[in-house]
Amino acid sequence: MFKKNHKGYFRRLLFVFLFLVMPLNFANASDEDNGDFVMHHVVDSHTWHICTINDLHVTLHLPVVIYSENRGLDVFSSSQFFDKHHKKVYYNSYSLNSHDKVVSLDAGNIFYDFSITKNASCLFISIVILFFVFIKMAKQYNYNEKDIKMSNYYVPKGLNGFLEQMICFIKNDVAVPNIGEAKYIRFMPYLLTIFFFIWINNLMGLLPGWGNLTGSVSCALVLALFTFILTNINGNKNYWEHIFNMPGIPKPLLLIIIPIEIIGIFIKPLTLTIRLFANITAGHIILLSIINLIFIFKSPFAGLISVPFGTFMLCLKLLVAFLQAYIFTLLSAMYIGKAMEEHH
Amino acid sequence: MLNTSLLLLDSGLSLVGASVGAGIIVLGVGIGIGNIGTAAVEAAARQPEEVGKIQTVMIIASALIEGVALFCTLICLIIATK
Repeated sequence: MFKKNHKGYFRRLLFVFLFLVMPLNFANASDEDNGDFVMHHVVDSHTWHICTINDLHVTLHLPVVIYSENRGLDVFSSSQFFDKHHKKVYYNSYSLNSHDKVVSLDAGNIFYDFSITKNASCLFISIVILFFVFIKMAKQYNYNEKDIKMSNYYVPKGLNGFLEQMICFIKNDVAVPNIGEAKYIRFMPYLLTIFFFIWINNLMGLLPGWGNLTGSVSCALVLALFTFILTNINGNKNYWEHIFNMPGIPKPLLLIIIPIEIIGIFIKPLTLTIRLFANITAGHIILLSIINLIFIFKSPFAGLISVPFGTFMLCLKLLVAFLQAYIFTLLSAMYIGKAMEEHH
Repeated sequence: MLNTSLLLLDSGLSLVGASVGAGIIVLGVGIGIGNIGTAAVEAAARQPEEVGKIQTVMIIASALIEGVALFCTLICLIIATK
């Protein structure tokens, strides 16, 4: 229906390429430490720094919420931590140390930091997006049993169609083969939640100026802990027997096998954590280092290397975003299925 | 003077250790995932109708190996910046 115009293809490609390289002329390198640039975009922080236009720092100062035994609840904006010249000051005896963590002036003050940091706000935003999309989609499937005719079935289109395909993919290829036909449905909400949660947070981390939620140890650790708790609560007699009293092993060898198996229980969530956050953070660090090359060389010709490499790394990160979500879900399903397996 | 040069040697050696470690990790991962790719392509050539399953298994196995590689890359990063 649409004819492709192959004439002048190369000329147009070259034009687009140069158009992408041209803005690099305006890159000004500031005096701050260059090693900080990469880490600054990958770690959590109390302020959401969007961009810096000609000495104007466009930042969103996020609220700091601290609860301490002596002083009670303290809620204030993190802009109180900085004065006009962007130097760190003390507010209410709290301040930020060099690692951007809240410290207290009086040493005996035990406090708990419940601040809404950049990662926490990214978490809330992605939760709102997920709720909005999926609850709206689920409502379309609600109809009475009596009213079902062939013409009444809801055939999803567009985004709903794509998400339904993904949900069926998780059900048919991840949940049912690993957990079994009889018991998989109890775990479908959990598997679907972590799959879409990890996928959308990985994807949103690719946006410029966004935070790095799944690339933080805390988020990955909590998700892995959910799997850990689910596996061990649903472990049946077979599972625990396999760990503490493996059948068919002579008694002296059991003394070696049991510690290894116990360590194995704890290693599984650890590897889930590290696989997730290391993959995502490594992708961010690579892409940020490639872009940082432009600021180090202070010349637009560095863009001739940066832009193709950066584009390639971004495509790779898109693949990694989906793959890590799929692998996390698959391994969770495998661990849960193994814990509930009957004897052969 | 000897003290400062020993100090510099200390921090310099840790950087050398971290970079050699990272290079060895890449060697291991390259060989490992290359082997997986070889086996997958051979199996697909023998039975072209099973390509879907073979692809799935290949991706799972390579993701597991990459997990270990990133484990050790993190250790190298910690050594380099300590």
